[in-house]
Amino acid sequence: MIEVRRLTKVYGAGRAVDRLTFTVKSGVVTGFLGPNGAGKTTTLRMVMGLDRPTEGTATVAGRRYADLADPLRTVGALLDARAVHPRRTARDHLRCLAASGGIADRRVDDVLGLVGLDQAARRRAGEFSLGMSQRLGIAAALLGDPEVLVLDEPVNGLDPEGIWWIRGFMRSLAAEGRTVLVSSHLMSEMSVTADHLIVIGRGRLLADAGVAELTGPQSVLVRAARPAELAGLLSAEGASVSRSGKALTVTGMGSAAIGALAAVRGLALIELTPQRTTLEEAYMGLTGDSVEFGGGGAS
Amino acid sequence: MRAALRGEWRKLRTLRSTTYSLVVLAVLSVGFGALFSGGAAGSHRERPAEFDPAALSLQGGAMFGQIVIGVLGVLSITSEYAAGTITAGLAAVPRRGRLFAAKAAVVGVVAAVAGLSAALASFLIGQWVFAAGGVPYAGLGDAGVARAVLGAGLYLALIGLLGLALGFLTRSTAAGVTLLTSMTVLVLAVLQLLPQWAAGFWPTVAGMQVVTTLPGSSPWPGFLLFTVFVAALTAAALWTFQRRDA
Repeated sequence: MIEVRRLTKVYGAGRAVDRLTFTVKSGVVTGFLGPNGAGKTTTLRMVMGLDRPTEGTATVAGRRYADLADPLRTVGALLDARAVHPRRTARDHLRCLAASGGIADRRVDDVLGLVGLDQAARRRAGEFSLGMSQRLGIAAALLGDPEVLVLDEPVNGLDPEGIWWIRGFMRSLAAEGRTVLVSSHLMSEMSVTADHLIVIGRGRLLADAGVAELTGPQSVLVRAARPAELAGLLSAEGASVSRSGKALTVTGMGSAAIGALAAVRGLALIELTPQRTTLEEAYMGLTGDSVEFGGGGAS
Repeated sequence: MRAALRGEWRKLRTLRSTTYSLVVLAVLSVGFGALFSGGAAGSHRERPAEFDPAALSLQGGAMFGQIVIGVLGVLSITSEYAAGTITAGLAAVPRRGRLFAAKAAVVGVVAAVAGLSAALASFLIGQWVFAAGGVPYAGLGDAGVARAVLGAGLYLALIGLLGLALGFLTRSTAAGVTLLTSMTVLVLAVLQLLPQWAAGFWPTVAGMQVVTTLPGSSPWPGFLLFTVFVAALTAAALWTFQRRDA
């Protein structure tokens, strides 16, 4: 569990993080979202004890990071995948960290296998692609088999196969009861990975809610040969329907129920599509005012 | 603390620059030990009473050896800032004082072993050059000679810690190395403009007085001054490391 209470970081005149309060629970993947420059990395660095908060506290498993008895076995973090000495081999990089954290060397080969880098273990980290560096950073985070994982933009630079892999990986870690906090500036990525979302903008908390809550009621787009008849039927069954031409937007009823009702009455459907864009819209709505460097003209 | 020490030792050992530094140190110690001694042999004819064979050989070796060991000290921490691995290091050992102590211990021991070997090597080659040149030479058993060789080794060990402190303070290889070479070697050009007694108060110059073996010379006060200087910089480095954002 990660607890952040009134966390504030002031740089000169600007507040990078402004009285941020949230709790990251175990057993779910929590997405930490915000536009670039929103203060995500600064927050994570304060959680990791790297930067000193101007005010407020950040604790992991009930303690400040610096007070953890066995930090690598409690928290695994990926903050910057490129932070590897370019001339050290992947294996040596991990062995240095393992030694510092009091972790046995054989665990190094285990985690290299877990992230699929066993073939590249003896290559210098400087020769790695960004995707490979991300994998190495994740291997480092897993060294201590920790209860809490903090991953800053882990899908950056990964190829589609790598993205698919890390999504599944984060979900399985959460399913084991671990705490997984993963930051991103991409809502679309979080919508398929996270169960819970913490959204910040300009250092302030904008939302702290489950993915379902943020998206609001799901709607279904239905196009039918006889839309008026179908609309009447669905309304009678308790759904709310808005119609434009042959298209109906239905809320309060799932696509399976709509399909079944239409089949019973012999009404032909042309299209039946659950609407999933609303999460991205919810995010844009939340962060629209807090983008540090917005594109000119578009608004 | 043991884990922190093992980690720091491994970090130093898995960097090629460490190996290169030690090879360069060996070459410079022997090479300049011999070269300086060869050049100094002539001074025996002019002022035989001031001829100090042990000191001459050790000064020659340490003059350049100190840059190598000092740079090793600087790099042991600035390479972490340059690559960004300092964050991973602090994730593993979040107590800053402990990380600092572990790094200082490892750098100190490596610098001491390397420094003592380098001092011994430049002493032995220097005496061999003196003997071949037909001027008086010293043996390890002569009065003050063992202390001079040991002292030169300790001087180099402290230079390693000085480099580490400068690295922690500047967090930049370029700035750290520039400060180090200015303090140890370039400053000598400026000090030549001062009277000799005044120049002797510059910490590194004072520290090198530990190699004198002439009767009536006092090796320790200067070395103490140098030790206090390195300790003060190390304390300043620790103080800033504990307070700054990583």
